[in-house]
Amino acid sequence: MKSFLLPEFLVERDENRCIQCKVCITQCGFETHYFDEELGRVMHKEERCVGCQRCAVFCPTNALIIRPHPWNLRPHANWTKERYYDLTKQAETGGVILVGSGTDKPHRIYWDHIVLNASQVTNPSIDPLREPMELRTYLGSKPDALEIKDGELETELPPQVKLETPILFSALSFGAISYQAQESLARAAKEVGILFNTGEGGLPQSLKEYGKYAIVQCASGRFGVDLDYLENSAMIEIKIGQGAKPGIGGHLPGEKVSEIVSRTRMIPKGTDAISPAPQHDIYSIEDLSTLIYALKEATNYKKPVAVKIAAVHNSAAIATGIVRAGADVVVLDGLRGGTGAAPKIIRDNVGIPIELAIAAVDTRLREEGIRNRASVIAAGGIRCSADVIKAIALGADAVYIGTAALVAMGCTLCQKCYTGICNWGICTQDPKLAKRLNPDITTERLVNLVKAWSNEIKEMLGGMGINSVESLRGNRLQLRGIGLADWELKVLGIKGAGE
Amino acid sequence: MKGIYLSKNGRVVVDAKDIYYRDLNRLLQKIFVERHPKVIELRNVTGQRYIGTRIRGEVEIDIFGTPGSDLGAFMDGPTIKVFGNAQDGCGNTMNSGRIIVYGHAGDILGMSMRGGKIFVKTDIGYRGAIHMKEYKEKIPVIVVGGTSQDFLGEYMAGGVVILLGLNNKSHRATFIGTGMHGGRIFIRGRVEDYQLGKEVGLEEPNEEDRKVLEENITEFCTYFGYEPSEILKGPFIKLYPKYLRPYGRLYAY
Ligand code: SF4
Ligand code: SF4
Repeated sequence: MKSFLLPEFLVERDENRCIQCKVCITQCGFETHYFDEELGRVMHKEERCVGCQRCAVFCPTNALIIRPHPWNLRPHANWTKERYYDLTKQAETGGVILVGSGTDKPHRIYWDHIVLNASQVTNPSIDPLREPMELRTYLGSKPDALEIKDGELETELPPQVKLETPILFSALSFGAISYQAQESLARAAKEVGILFNTGEGGLPQSLKEYGKYAIVQCASGRFGVDLDYLENSAMIEIKIGQGAKPGIGGHLPGEKVSEIVSRTRMIPKGTDAISPAPQHDIYSIEDLSTLIYALKEATNYKKPVAVKIAAVHNSAAIATGIVRAGADVVVLDGLRGGTGAAPKIIRDNVGIPIELAIAAVDTRLREEGIRNRASVIAAGGIRCSADVIKAIALGADAVYIGTAALVAMGCTLCQKCYTGICNWGICTQDPKLAKRLNPDITTERLVNLVKAWSNEIKEMLGGMGINSVESLRGNRLQLRGIGLADWELKVLGIKGAGE
Repeated sequence: MKGIYLSKNGRVVVDAKDIYYRDLNRLLQKIFVERHPKVIELRNVTGQRYIGTRIRGEVEIDIFGTPGSDLGAFMDGPTIKVFGNAQDGCGNTMNSGRIIVYGHAGDILGMSMRGGKIFVKTDIGYRGAIHMKEYKEKIPVIVVGGTSQDFLGEYMAGGVVILLGLNNKSHRATFIGTGMHGGRIFIRGRVEDYQLGKEVGLEEPNEEDRKVLEENITEFCTYFGYEPSEILKGPFIKLYPKYLRPYGRLYAY
């Protein structure tokens, strides 16, 4: 069938600058560029380009400009280019449109409508360069009360994990991402004293030494889950849902199930790794509790067990159920969370923004007097240190960063992760592409990011006159809203600016 | 340790009456590590969960009464014999060892099982063997003497399920093998097309399959006292996944 679609991107080669070095040909895994023997010069097929900018960055003479195709259809507010494009693609293929990365739709970003406070006169601000600032965070259930006898703690504390800064790398599974990418996350987590998350892809044998810094996932596919995997971890996470695709499972396409992925997931090479939509042993809160305690039994009550859900309409009620079911940590993943592959229609339309979910859950857990029983991790749409600090002030204990970590590694948000061809070596199992990531350098990039954000968080905390992140948690008086409706301020539990 | 006594031949007996599941499992672990028994016998078991979960290594656990959910979840090594019925979640994500149930078992038997074998004398509930896996020579096996409820082998990615339909039991389950993309299900007796998931194919067991049937049915018979040659007469059908990638064609790339 002749496709009626124009290419999504234009490849513009400045012939005056191009020195025919062919770097672009080797850099593009989508085989956009080629050398035309007859013409004796590098040419391209732009319909193959996904706009990842790899070739442009690596072109030694800056001869390449990759930009969205103008597609000069008659402008239409209802039938936008995207609606037209997706519909036409479906008419031509009959398929569910797949996509990678977090949603690119202009859902309201509440972070950008919330401003922070600073101390002036009445309460001095603190200079983090001169005075100690505490970012250390402990995740886990906290007892209702502490009993102390003769100066000794009598209460048996539930297991806690220590973070040097309230940031964690969110679930990115080996299989979806390359070995080099997982190794970089693991090494960076170790270096800065935080945790990374194996996602549902297990932990390859050769990365076992990083188990102490790993949150290991037990998801609906149960890939790679055995006692060794559970024991060799800092924390266990039961994945119920993901912000980018609430309510649906995942299919790691067979092409990405290479030899080592198959060994780690314990499934035959080349088969789809299918994660069903629900976990089939969990159809209720009571069932969830059964699995939480099965995992605790399996690890002798030594690891905190987290439960991750997508932020949806009834998150607050679900979260109390999760806490009462015995979870030590509740993870909320918002509408703008990333993914390696999801149906586009779900990514762009299902779930609620993380800001509202954090506030709603924190409020509800407080009202029920059980906020201490579980830590709250917020995920999905954290882009900078200000987002982190606002999330904590709204009520989170820590945040997961996924897309931000990918971008630090080189991701340019081309959204083509599901193809298995990632020119930046991140979301691929193709050894040629994957080895573009040098774990030494990528680790450094990740470490730099976490350090930079931590320093910024200290600056902002100091400005508020607070010297410990503990004192900011759920401290919504430090926040004010701008341009928000009354109901939004109410859900967020904050006042408007100037109030 | 109250209620335990050592009798001859490395057998330790525990009266599980009124012991909270967490304490019972802790006790089991302690007995296993400290006394290296061949057999631990649990009497008066009334719904305690996760028995056998944390014990890694070879030991036989004989259970009299009714063990609770997730019996042998994540289990790695032991042989559990249940002289009674098993509840839901028996053998959940089990890694190795054996579970032998001298009665029936509840829902999600052997969910995501990765290795080891489960033998159930009579019937099993819904969603048995769901998302069972295999990797190279590590192939989990479930043999059921009677029949199963709906969704048997849903999303199955590997392993072997054998449904014997003994005592002329007919198979009524529907959605068998929905989403199946690995493994094999053998059924003794008849199933109609409408009972099968869209992703399964149906054929006669081949030479290789016959060997698998013989080996596992013989073991089944040693536990429950049937005659293997009688059962092996069949007739058997084999369900197999038609596609390694059942949903590959659903998407537009
Ligand atoms: S897909 Fe990336 S590397 Fe290939 S031509 Fe487009 S921008 Fe360049
Ligand atoms: S991880 Fe790779 S494929 Fe995915 S959006 Fe980023 S650059 Fe594109």
